[in-house]
Amino acid sequence: MEKRVKFRGWLLPALLIAPQVVISAVFFFYPAGQAIWQSLFIPDPFGLSMQYVGLGNFEFLLSDPFYRASFVTTAIFSILVTLCSMIPALFLAVIADRLIKGSGVYRTLLIWPYAVAPAVAGVLWLFMFNTRVGVVSWYLGQLGYDWNHVLNGGEAMGLVVIASAWGRISYNFLFFFAALQAVPKSVIEAAAIDGAHFWRRFWTIVLPLLSPTTFFLLVVNIVYSFFETFGVIHTITGGGPQQTTTILVYKVYSDGFVSQDLGSSSAQSVILLIVVGLLTVLQFKFIEKRVHY
Amino acid sequence: MRKSVIGALAVSTMLSPVVASAQTEVQFWHAFTGRLGELVAAQVEEFNASQSDYVVVQSHKGNYSETLNSGIAAFRAGEQPHILMVFEVGTATMMSAQGATRPVFEVMAQSGATFDPEAYIGSVKGYYTTTDGEMLSLPFNSSTPVLWVNRNAFEAAGVDPDTDLSTWQAVGDTLEALKAGGSECPLVTAWQSWIHLENFSAYHDVPFASQDNGFAGLDTELMLNGAAQVAHLTAMGEWAQDGKFIYTGRRNEGGANFRSGECALFTESSAGYAGIKAEAEFDFDVRPLPYWEGVGNGPQNTIIGGASLWVMEGHEEDEYAGVGEFLAFLSSSDVQAQWHQDTGYLPITSAAGDATRAAGFYEENPGTDIAVMQMTANEPTANSKGLRLGSFDQIRGIIDEELEAIWAGDKTAQEAMDSAKQRGDALLRRFEAANG
Repeated sequence: MEKRVKFRGWLLPALLIAPQVVISAVFFFYPAGQAIWQSLFIPDPFGLSMQYVGLGNFEFLLSDPFYRASFVTTAIFSILVTLCSMIPALFLAVIADRLIKGSGVYRTLLIWPYAVAPAVAGVLWLFMFNTRVGVVSWYLGQLGYDWNHVLNGGEAMGLVVIASAWGRISYNFLFFFAALQAVPKSVIEAAAIDGAHFWRRFWTIVLPLLSPTTFFLLVVNIVYSFFETFGVIHTITGGGPQQTTTILVYKVYSDGFVSQDLGSSSAQSVILLIVVGLLTVLQFKFIEKRVHY
Repeated sequence: MRKSVIGALAVSTMLSPVVASAQTEVQFWHAFTGRLGELVAAQVEEFNASQSDYVVVQSHKGNYSETLNSGIAAFRAGEQPHILMVFEVGTATMMSAQGATRPVFEVMAQSGATFDPEAYIGSVKGYYTTTDGEMLSLPFNSSTPVLWVNRNAFEAAGVDPDTDLSTWQAVGDTLEALKAGGSECPLVTAWQSWIHLENFSAYHDVPFASQDNGFAGLDTELMLNGAAQVAHLTAMGEWAQDGKFIYTGRRNEGGANFRSGECALFTESSAGYAGIKAEAEFDFDVRPLPYWEGVGNGPQNTIIGGASLWVMEGHEEDEYAGVGEFLAFLSSSDVQAQWHQDTGYLPITSAAGDATRAAGFYEENPGTDIAVMQMTANEPTANSKGLRLGSFDQIRGIIDEELEAIWAGDKTAQEAMDSAKQRGDALLRRFEAANG
């Protein structure tokens, strides 16, 4: 009897988690295992032969100063994209939250950019900042500023950050806006009666209450800037000039799918796997402590 | 419309076993869209109508890189086409893939189709043949860089548009005059590595890489940091700093600046002809690519860009007979002459060039023969036969980065090219390890 109860207790949970386990195995563990295995070889593109090189792919990568520099590039890019997409989103959400009339229209308009595919967004921004025919670069030229993101690494970075963050503002706005609506009115009213002005209420009451949402968005945005921005980078800069906008994922994509160097691409994926794993652990260990649920 | 006819033909072939047994299907993957796509479809249709044994089915698979990658992925999945279009940069990759491709000379010998390797223009053929002269892939669309001149921009700057532009020395003086005359964009280029390093080296008969530019072996090293190349890039770098050479991007972004009338001089492929002719609202000229007088052995001959057709392994023998027939049809002088005149690509056989000349095309469209003459002026040397380097797409990316450093003034030409050599050689060693 006791044995039978244990058996039933084992089967049902197993059955319930089976779909998730299968999905993880097929779409995560199997490819990750393949990447680890392939990172030990230099295969030819056609899959006709493979040369075992041990950790040669990793040695090749880590001795490349441009690859090492792309860690720094990735860090700068991710931080900038996260900040540039979260701060304006929070600001817009706070403003929209105060609206009494027409907030639906604002909401719709603000969410709109999220529907634009990254590569399309990249092309749009590229047109505006095109060094010769772009509207923005023309106005900058009128102001005496010679915009040339094709040669200037800082400008190129600025452009890919704006293009990547732009569509993301909508997404963040949506979450912040929903979270703001959930802030209890009574607390805010009590503070207002005590004489706290708007920004003081915002800093001491609203922002702490938003912290679970902020933390969630922080994680999601960093993951986004790591993994989903290569469409933008590919269309705007192709990683240039001089690899100043080559982030780790873009290099995985271009080495693997454009250049057919599957060994190096796999090794990069493995390194990326470790980096993102560490990052997530760090985020949960240190930042989550400051989150009030 | 054409596509639907071919599609219908393909479907009917699959549906009716009687037709299927009578006609053998040949798959052809290419990278052309728009006008070029229509022209390819028309060629295929003409071939299908000309005989009843084979049906060629053409499919567009994206741009050059995407087409090559689709072909590679399809081969890994065992579903490769019979004929795959591969751009010149992918040549070494395809050559090293023994077992995945079948050399064109073998296909032609087995099919019994008429095939005379001597009929092809040497500098076109040379890119796709072994050092023993055996043709591995069939040249399809080939172009070479020339100098485009906006005559109106010259006049606006008070410079004689008929001035001598045959040497870079002369071009340098002209750029100075154009700048002084108020030109905002005296010189712009497309495909900087292809024109200002790869073609530059061939044109001056100096090596771009050791082992005959990679033709003689995989243990090749870049030699693009030689004195001739560095001198040219140093001059270009100075022009960039002085605002005489305007850099717009790695591919053919500069075309927009030239076609809009903004730029006076433009180094670009001869196949830019169709676009410039269609859009330019000014008088333009085509001139041969300039060379540095007294440097190397110039002017030798320029090399090609474009694509060739590779035959993939793993199909039935009788299908290869169809492939041979189709490739022979594509090389025939009528088809080639028409292609050359429609597109601005080079004719791949001497006969097609002669037929075009005889038809009076060059007189009606002055300048369209400059590319042909530039390619065929001299018998190609070991330095001007072409390039055969593994991972060359990536190496071009490295060269682009280093060139950008020169244009921005971050590095001297020597520093940039030394770095390009070092980084490129590392990739060549990897390619050697993967294919050795």
